[in-house]
Amino acid sequence: MPILEVQNLSKTYRQMGGETTLAIGDISCKVEPGEFVSFVGPSGCGKTTLLMSIAGLIAPSTGKIIVHGKEVSGPPANLILVFQEFNKSLFAWRSVLGNVRFGLEARGNHSRESANKARSLIELVGLKGFENHYPWELSGGMQQRVAIARALAYEPELLLMDEPFGSLDALTRLELEDTLLKLWEELGTTILFITHDIEEAIYLSDRIWLLSRRPSQIVEELAIDFARPRDQITTRAEARFMGIRNRIYQRINSEGAP
Amino acid sequence: MRESRFNGVLFLIGLLLVWELVAQAELINPLIVPPLSRILRIFAELFWSGHIPLQILASMKRALLGYFLAAAVFIPLGISMGLSQTVYRLFEVVVEMLRPVPPPVMIPVALLFFGLEDEMKIFVIFFSCAWPILLNALDGARNVDRVLLNTARTFGLPQRKIIWNVILPASSPQIMTGLKVSLPIMLILVVISEMVGSTDGIGYFILDSQRRFRIAQMYAGMFALAILGYTLNQVFSLLYKLVMPWHVALMRLRDGS
Ligand SMILES: Nc1ncnc2c1ncn2[C@@H]1O[C@H](COP(=O)(O)OP(=O)(O)OP(=O)(O)O)[C@@H](O)[C@H]1O
Ligand SMILES: [Mg+2]
Repeated sequence: MPILEVQNLSKTYRQMGGETTLAIGDISCKVEPGEFVSFVGPSGCGKTTLLMSIAGLIAPSTGKIIVHGKEVSGPPANLILVFQEFNKSLFAWRSVLGNVRFGLEARGNHSRESANKARSLIELVGLKGFENHYPWELSGGMQQRVAIARALAYEPELLLMDEPFGSLDALTRLELEDTLLKLWEELGTTILFITHDIEEAIYLSDRIWLLSRRPSQIVEELAIDFARPRDQITTRAEARFMGIRNRIYQRINSEGAP
Repeated sequence: MRESRFNGVLFLIGLLLVWELVAQAELINPLIVPPLSRILRIFAELFWSGHIPLQILASMKRALLGYFLAAAVFIPLGISMGLSQTVYRLFEVVVEMLRPVPPPVMIPVALLFFGLEDEMKIFVIFFSCAWPILLNALDGARNVDRVLLNTARTFGLPQRKIIWNVILPASSPQIMTGLKVSLPIMLILVVISEMVGSTDGIGYFILDSQRRFRIAQMYAGMFALAILGYTLNQVFSLLYKLVMPWHVALMRLRDGS
């Protein structure tokens, strides 16, 4: 049974003046448990809208979203969304440790061991030594690590990530990509990832869905079968990697999208 | 920073010296402006005899009761108004009608209801502290970032826990602003209400001294009031640092130090 099923989703925003924006045209897809899948699409095509709908935070205009066999009508259990504006999603009044513990507390785990578990997650994302810092004392890359550790502390079966590395520098980005893959392989979480970096999507995913401009629909599905664990140098150097990348570029250009 | 503070103290000492000299030289009627040294002596006497501390105690009992009562009622109300459009619409008109009323106007009304009792002063203080506390709590709750709220929701928190664990801490800096602004208002209103109708309290003490023409004693009362106001502010700052160390540090970071 798929962990997530999106059936003919569309979303129209109504503005105050009465104008409407058709953000999502018609999207259908299925995600199997344990998969790492990505959506790639141009800016403003409705990627955030799609994730917010799946997370039960906004209501779709038409269509259905089914998580774990149940139709979504509010935030589903066992699902966490890591927001595009991750810096705004951290609790300024909690330390790094406190933020990560929040993920456990939300599960009802207030125990003493929860602190140890949070500490080991903080170490896994490479923030050892910063447990008692406040998030606003950290760099963007470090804040994103906190947001990821907090999400993983909740042990979600489905993790939605909205351009999590979009605002980070290239080096931090590569490093966090590998951290994420390692955690995903260890924890067996299903990840639905959004990016507008084509190579990032190829490097990370089992499957990629290409989105058109607004009103968005899926224009192509690609299966990516590079061996895992992947490696930033060897995987990206494979001839097929370039082939897939070029194909996606061509496809996007023929769609008229940037 | 340290230097400007030091200069400020020097300036204050200079002012007090001028006072002392003017009074000693009897440039102004000494009955109206007694020498500072005499005022301080009387203040010390009244302080050690326990007379002034008793008056201050009487005032603070009323003031803090009104203040905390206002906090207990208007912080929750403000948060509810900030979160729910329905609650906001229900109270908006009443609040907008009452808010511009200058608080001393409530004294005659309160006299009708409560006479010269403590309840009269407590009510007036409660009324005057209500608005800054309410409006700041309302604004704070309303402006909690959507991303923060959505984060709490994606983690499956029920509304009750979202309010307690996210909205309250996120708006706490602004709630504290409301409480801070209300502190001097509280002091002003306790003094005024004691001057209008009371048989004790620091406001009564100052007016009564003036009526009996014990002018040095009147100034001693004012002196006590100044110290009280200063102390209240210091205590508030201390509590602020204890309750919200994160915000103190965040502000320091924003100020670039
Ligand atoms: N609350 C809203 N009200 C009205 N229109 C909205 C709202 N949110 C998004 N939109 C519009 O819907 C479209 C899709 O927005 P969305 O944020 O989902 O795009 P996105 O693909 O995530 O873009 P980006 O890559 O820049 O993050 C945009 O044209 C946007 O202007
Ligand atoms: Mg977006």
